[in-house]
Amino acid sequence: MSEYVLETKGLGISFGGLKAVSDVNLKVKKGEIYGLIGPNGAGKTTVFNLLTGVYTPTEGTFFLDGKELKGLSQEKINRSGIARTFQNIRLFNNMTVVRNVMVGLHNRKEYSCSVMQSIFRMPAHFSVERRMREKAKELLDIFGLLEERNNLSCNLPYGKQRKLEIARALATEPQLLLLDEPAAGMNPIETEDLRRTVEIIRDRFGVTVLLIEHDLKFVTEICNEITVLNFGTVIAQGTVKEALSDPQVVKAYIGS
Amino acid sequence: MKKFLSTIKWKYYIGYLVITLALAVTGILSAVNALPNSTLYLLEEITIALILAISLSVVVGFLGELSLGHAGFMCVGAYLGGKFSAVICEKFAVSDSNFAVFLLSLIAGGICAAVFGFIIGLPALRLKGDYLAIVTLAFGEIIRNIFLNTSSESFGGALGLPTPRMNKNILFVFGFLLVLATLAVVQNLIRSKHGRAITAIRDNEIAARATGIDITKYKLLVFVISSAFAGIAGVLYSYTKATVRSEIFDYNYSIEILVMVVIGGMGNLSGTMLSAAVITYLNNKLMAVLTGNLAVLQNLVYALILIGIIIYNNAPALKNVREKYNLGTLWAKITKPKKDPAKETDDTGRWDVVPTKIEMDEVLTVGIIKKDIEASEKKEEGKDE
Repeated sequence: MSEYVLETKGLGISFGGLKAVSDVNLKVKKGEIYGLIGPNGAGKTTVFNLLTGVYTPTEGTFFLDGKELKGLSQEKINRSGIARTFQNIRLFNNMTVVRNVMVGLHNRKEYSCSVMQSIFRMPAHFSVERRMREKAKELLDIFGLLEERNNLSCNLPYGKQRKLEIARALATEPQLLLLDEPAAGMNPIETEDLRRTVEIIRDRFGVTVLLIEHDLKFVTEICNEITVLNFGTVIAQGTVKEALSDPQVVKAYIGS
Repeated sequence: MKKFLSTIKWKYYIGYLVITLALAVTGILSAVNALPNSTLYLLEEITIALILAISLSVVVGFLGELSLGHAGFMCVGAYLGGKFSAVICEKFAVSDSNFAVFLLSLIAGGICAAVFGFIIGLPALRLKGDYLAIVTLAFGEIIRNIFLNTSSESFGGALGLPTPRMNKNILFVFGFLLVLATLAVVQNLIRSKHGRAITAIRDNEIAARATGIDITKYKLLVFVISSAFAGIAGVLYSYTKATVRSEIFDYNYSIEILVMVVIGGMGNLSGTMLSAAVITYLNNKLMAVLTGNLAVLQNLVYALILIGIIIYNNAPALKNVREKYNLGTLWAKITKPKKDPAKETDDTGRWDVVPTKIEMDEVLTVGIIKKDIEASEKKEEGKDE
């Protein structure tokens, strides 16, 4: 056990000669909501892609709860305990809402059932299916999506699609949840709703949250600590107040 | 009893019912010698087409990858399974209709094709869409040409491989049983957590990976299962013919299987089966009707009918006709009076129906009086000025 859920050491990646992100050191404590902010093109999503295995870091490494995850595939990293949502929502559009969450439950040990067991319709198959559905409904209830469970996920309104994506990510039982601009495109009411959702994630599920966000009001309200990126490097780190009053941050956001 | 019947999800079992019914009817008819030989041949062809279409539909309809080499897997099954049965029959001097040999060669052909499916599945992990289609297309042609160029002692070469020909009065019964088995395996796979993972990969591969779905495992699994059944169809084919010739397994045949899957509806097993049966029947009839000089018209008429079907299924102008006369609505009219979507208690697993469809005309006309509209329009105009 480590003091930090997520720890990155000199994390960076270059594409050819271009250093997209370099020397990012994050220390995210357990049960914290940690913000990652910065102007457009600062490399925030790239950091997420590094942490979830979409890209392999060319420099540095990162640890989840003391365990090094660098170089693992996306699937393995997810199973080790990092789940994410996407900037542009990626749901399984041709599936119903409840099925989307059930896909998230797929890898949990308590719902394991081999292909043969499914093909030959052994009792294990039925029991697993029933329990998965119950669990999915439970999760949907927490996020207020129970009513919509039989709708196709592409027919949900935007805010609910975001919530469903979060529910699906949580269904994989992560230790750390990465939210990529969860409040983008939301109206104030939806943002407020989202804020409550994120708090539920932290308090009820005990999941640590790392989020990218442009809505600074949202960030100030919810985050314990933030890191500010610009041009792929960290320009400020610390509590929200400290970081946002840093002259470099002010310069990056407002210009000199 | 009535309550029990209402709990069954008929949609899942309709395929089994129809096939069993067809088997029963044709079985009885052939037992009393009421079926002419041509019908027996047609039934054999239909069962082969059904197995091929169902197995291809797993790759194309549920995994969402385009495979143009399905006839290649069938070729592997037909040649290797056919050779296996020919050797066994000769060595132990059993009759061509021996059931045990048939069963063993089905297994052998299925396993051989599955191995090739695994090999083709490997590039499928890296390639996508058109590129994978090209690889599978190439595979189909390569495998066919390899068998074409073998010596006459091994696989018969250009003369074709002599294989046992099972009694045609029995073979189609086995054919139907194999269709049932294929349908059961594919349907049970699709309607399970594994099937959900497979469709998740189709819907959004990036999200599926981020959700921890093992892409490698499922893609290989799908290719192996699909090609194993194609191999079984190949063995069945080898039993319908005295000699297996490699020309049959060209890319036209692969395309034809693909056409069955596409016309039947991607990811719709009942539709795929229906279209497989209809297309095979159509081909068979055209060949019987258009003989002599008219034989050149076979492909033309076939193509025209396919175009007609596709236009009927997709043209926006025919939407109303389609909705009025499709099987689903007719069936719904007979069985259920009207269902309130709010009262649905559980996910009924409707993959293809969009439940929250709003009739725009209804919404727009309810509660609005013409006068009000005019008044509001006037108001708007006033504002503009």
